[in-house]
Amino acid sequence: MAIKLSVESLSAWYGEKLAIQDITMDIEDRMVTAVIGPSGCGKSTLIRCLNRMHETIPKARVEGKVLLQGEDIYAASPVSVRRRIGMVFQKANPFPTMSIYDNVAAGLRLNGVRNRDELDKAVLGSLKQAALWDEVKDSLDESGASLSGGQQQRLCIARALAVKPEVLLMDEPCSALDPIATAKIEDLIFDLKKDFTLVVVTHNMQQAARVSETTAFMYLGKLIEVNNTRELFERPREALTESYITGRFG
Amino acid sequence: MKLPVDRDTRRRWIDVAMGVAAFVCVVIAIIPLGSILLEASIRGLRSLSPALLTSTTGGGGIGNAIQGTLILILLSALVSLPVGILTGIYLAEFGKNRLGAAVRFFVEVMTQVPSMVVGIFVYSLVLELGLIGLGSPRLVFSTISGVLALSTIMVPFVARTSEEALRLVPIAVRESSLALGIPRYRTILRVVVPSASSALVTGGLLGIARVAGETAPLLVTAFGSNDWFRGLDQPIESLPHTIYVWATGPYVAQNQAAWGVSLVLVVMMLGLSIVSRVVIRLRSVSR
Repeated sequence: MAIKLSVESLSAWYGEKLAIQDITMDIEDRMVTAVIGPSGCGKSTLIRCLNRMHETIPKARVEGKVLLQGEDIYAASPVSVRRRIGMVFQKANPFPTMSIYDNVAAGLRLNGVRNRDELDKAVLGSLKQAALWDEVKDSLDESGASLSGGQQQRLCIARALAVKPEVLLMDEPCSALDPIATAKIEDLIFDLKKDFTLVVVTHNMQQAARVSETTAFMYLGKLIEVNNTRELFERPREALTESYITGRFG
Repeated sequence: MKLPVDRDTRRRWIDVAMGVAAFVCVVIAIIPLGSILLEASIRGLRSLSPALLTSTTGGGGIGNAIQGTLILILLSALVSLPVGILTGIYLAEFGKNRLGAAVRFFVEVMTQVPSMVVGIFVYSLVLELGLIGLGSPRLVFSTISGVLALSTIMVPFVARTSEEALRLVPIAVRESSLALGIPRYRTILRVVVPSASSALVTGGLLGIARVAGETAPLLVTAFGSNDWFRGLDQPIESLPHTIYVWATGPYVAQNQAAWGVSLVLVVMMLGLSIVSRVVIRLRSVSR
């Protein structure tokens, strides 16, 4: 199994408050890794450290290493890291002043791509990858805000895919969606792992079990257990993991 | 035995009473605004004529005052909008530190300085600079010093409204742009500022409207003139100044005409606001 990302003794703070503590784990290439745990356990903080979004918050800081195929992302420029490691957020947030087309093209355009053919191709490809093309092909000029919640989230996924990242981080991508829209995103996650490495934060354990190969369980800022998803849910090694997945707390 | 008034009935009555109270307050708030518009229209329309709009104040018209106000507003906007909006961007995007807090405090204080004080400040600044050889004391009463005074009022106003407009853009929008590997400055210029554009324009317009009606600082800077615009270093007439002179003057005809001038000023501001709103709407639709 090829390792795409390795996290080495990673800790992160918000001001004085320690949010995640000494986390070490590997993320496999072209697989889905789910991160589960109760609210406030640090799972979002963890993935925000994986593409250097954590440090955009004032007074936030990070210690430790994150290696992307052996290169420490904290030694590179944050802008180039974020182009290789994309992110989709909990709440769908298309750029409000841009059309559907412009939303998808934004990442390329604002990184200097001017060629219309190249943009057209990237928009078409990303919308197809995000399973949104058939629903929006006749309304590319309409505002992204005119779409339904689930469509907006897939638009955000298309926007993230357009810059051709290697890794896609998803921070509770379905928590604001209804079950049908959630199922569509889950199908999409399944398709995307052919081409991308995915890390999905979720507080829905069934979702983790459905979409991921590997699951990491976090509690109070610590990584308690990381294992093959099936193993973790059927034969948890830690007592804490067992009580969480059997619903005794959280 | 007394019938108990049930809670639902009481709530319904309170609901009606609050609705009526709110409506009454709206009416009270609208009365002054409505009566200004009505009074200016009724009294002003009578005194409006093509001759009034085309001749100079020297010849009993207000053509030069309209011209002067437009020049003053245009030049002040050219100075203040870039400076004010950039200050707003600084405060909203980079101002979460001590320097930012200090700038914000000064901007806030400056918005509260009485406009007459600003006028006197610019008057003495230009005079002192002239006396030590920078410019000339003659510039005290000129278009330049008028623009300087209006800009001093407008910059902090625009800076504050811009900061507020930019703060209303959700953090999620900034984050999703940064997460695409878009550098911070491009995120601000191409994603955050456009998202706030309509609020920014509203702020700019309010700033323009705020200074367009200023009279006090212009008395000691732009001064007023009975001629058409003669150059940036010469005194210049403005509509509020004409209203002030005519309304307080001894001639009944001028007192009457001052209403017409007021109407022109109000209509100009209204037109400005409508035009820019239409422009914003067209821009956002064409995207």
